[in-house]
Amino acid sequence: MNLAAHAPILAVAVPLLGAFALPLWAKLRPSLRDLWLVLVAGATAALTVLVAVQVYTVGIQVYTLGGAWPLDTLAPGGFPIRIVLAVDALSAFMGLITALVAVVGFAYAWRYLVEDEGKTLALTLGTLLWAGMLGMAFTGDLFNLFVFFEVTSIAACGLVGYRTWASRGPEAAFKTMVMYTVGGLFVLLAIALLYGEYGALNLAYLARQITGSVVDRIALALLLGGLLMKAGAVPLHMWAPDAYGEAPAQAVILLVANTQISLYALFRVLFTLYGGVADPAIGWLVVALGTLTLLVAALMAVVQMDLGRLVAFGAVSQIGYMLLGVGVGLTAIAARPAYGLVAIQGGIFHMLNDAVAIGLLFLAVGAVEKAAGNRNLANLGGLGHDLTWTTGFFLLGSLALAGIPPLNGFASKLMIYQSSFLLSPILSALAILASILLLAVFVKAFQGAFLGPKLSQPKPVPVPMLVAMGVLALGVLALGLFPELVVRHLVAPAADALWTGRDLYLRAVLGR
Amino acid sequence: MSVVVRTIARILVPVILAFGGYVILHGHLTPGGGFQGGAVAASAVALLLVAFGAPSLKKLKSPLSVLEDLGGIAFVVLAFLGIGTTFFFNLLAGSGGLFGAASPIGPNAGFLSTGGTVPLMNWAVGFKVLGGLGAVMVLFGLFGGDDDR
Repeated sequence: MNLAAHAPILAVAVPLLGAFALPLWAKLRPSLRDLWLVLVAGATAALTVLVAVQVYTVGIQVYTLGGAWPLDTLAPGGFPIRIVLAVDALSAFMGLITALVAVVGFAYAWRYLVEDEGKTLALTLGTLLWAGMLGMAFTGDLFNLFVFFEVTSIAACGLVGYRTWASRGPEAAFKTMVMYTVGGLFVLLAIALLYGEYGALNLAYLARQITGSVVDRIALALLLGGLLMKAGAVPLHMWAPDAYGEAPAQAVILLVANTQISLYALFRVLFTLYGGVADPAIGWLVVALGTLTLLVAALMAVVQMDLGRLVAFGAVSQIGYMLLGVGVGLTAIAARPAYGLVAIQGGIFHMLNDAVAIGLLFLAVGAVEKAAGNRNLANLGGLGHDLTWTTGFFLLGSLALAGIPPLNGFASKLMIYQSSFLLSPILSALAILASILLLAVFVKAFQGAFLGPKLSQPKPVPVPMLVAMGVLALGVLALGLFPELVVRHLVAPAADALWTGRDLYLRAVLGR
Repeated sequence: MSVVVRTIARILVPVILAFGGYVILHGHLTPGGGFQGGAVAASAVALLLVAFGAPSLKKLKSPLSVLEDLGGIAFVVLAFLGIGTTFFFNLLAGSGGLFGAASPIGPNAGFLSTGGTVPLMNWAVGFKVLGGLGAVMVLFGLFGGDDDR
């Protein structure tokens, strides 16, 4: 068996198998479960890296499930009928983000979750969510995309609501479930329309056939709505602060990666599926939604008193920056390819930066909650006296998210400001305004929770949690200090995959 | 529930389970399959729940959830069987063993011993659905308490 050729499917199948077997190991002994999780997470992360290395050095990886050989994509007659995985640079980039977030999250969860408070449940659902995200990132089949969309939805809602004894967990999970299900039905209806029109579900084949008819436009609107609902863009964001606020910290960073995977699916639809019939009006729509998201969420963050919800609104506003970057790219790339490409690179780079910086913040909030027993800014204060490391990590994460140089948020936000300035100076002014608002929000939160006189004696934060936060903090610094390297080697190929790489993608799957 | 309901339930449960098994077994030939058959079989759990009440079914919860896990594992393992060629490759089709007979070409009534790994996957899905739905119903019953509200 050639491991490199099978790596794309193994990266999805191994965590799936791992998730199903995890509860059985836990029934035998919790230590066996932990060992199994380490094995599964290690293998999945290694496979994801292997896929990424293959994609970045060799080219697009295609895998046919159930075919006579991995590249057997076409049935006799030149029609793709089997489920196909197609991993290009952007898919591999998203895979790397999920691997980073999941490994850090599991390391954090080791001492963060309490054994008899559903630890096995949380770890199982986390592994399942990871499998679903990798599936969404790697699949080259529209219906398969919907299936993995649902896998991530169910796992995510479980993670939000499994703590039935916590105050508002089930309520948040119900809200999330409704939004995810409605979004999923939108996506399903769009797929049904496209299937009815073209009789195919393969993304590359549909991309070749698509004509931009009225039905195609309706399908695009439905896909846009469904995927944005799951990505938590304003005005469909109402589930996100609840879910981020109520889920345990190690699950929240998986949920953040999950929203980014939905954005990835949206970009795949906009550029690869509809790239042939691209319409600048769609780009403007994405730009408008992105600007609205970053402004509204930043304004909402100002008034929050709960540390978790405050950071959650910060996370929603970052979705706006990604939408703005890629939307500007979609609008400008046909007329001015260089600027458009920088905008797309900024949007994609911001996904990685957001996963690292907001992940760090959510983990720090989790540590605060565990140490001090609550998250309400009115009751917190003076935690900096005892929780030295957590204080530093929270400060680093909030400065990075507000876009202060030389941290990583600045690197990608600068690319977005510059390229959106070309489209309209008002856009970059609004984006900078939202960043300033976020800085104000985080100054308030930092001052409220960590500075001032000592109010109570917090419990010490366990070392594994600090190590997990430390890894992300190093990421914040490294991505901020060497953005050129990351953009050139990781982000630029991913951005190219969306625009110039479209033909390569179609040819890799269809063979012509 | 009354003694009539309980007696009828005792008679019907094996019949329901057998029909669920039939739907799963013929999943590759007739309408239905793993999910549908599993759901039919899980309705036996619903009947037991109605007839005997949730507390008496409490001991079923753990076996049902283990059954669900095993079904999921079996499905992925069956898909892994073909990894020598590709994931999900139907290794057993046409091999001559269990479910391994080659399907005849042209219209026919359908032969049970065909399909390779597909019928086995139907069984895996069937057990997963029976276990999952059954455990969920027992849990709901336990949450709801024993009164008739």
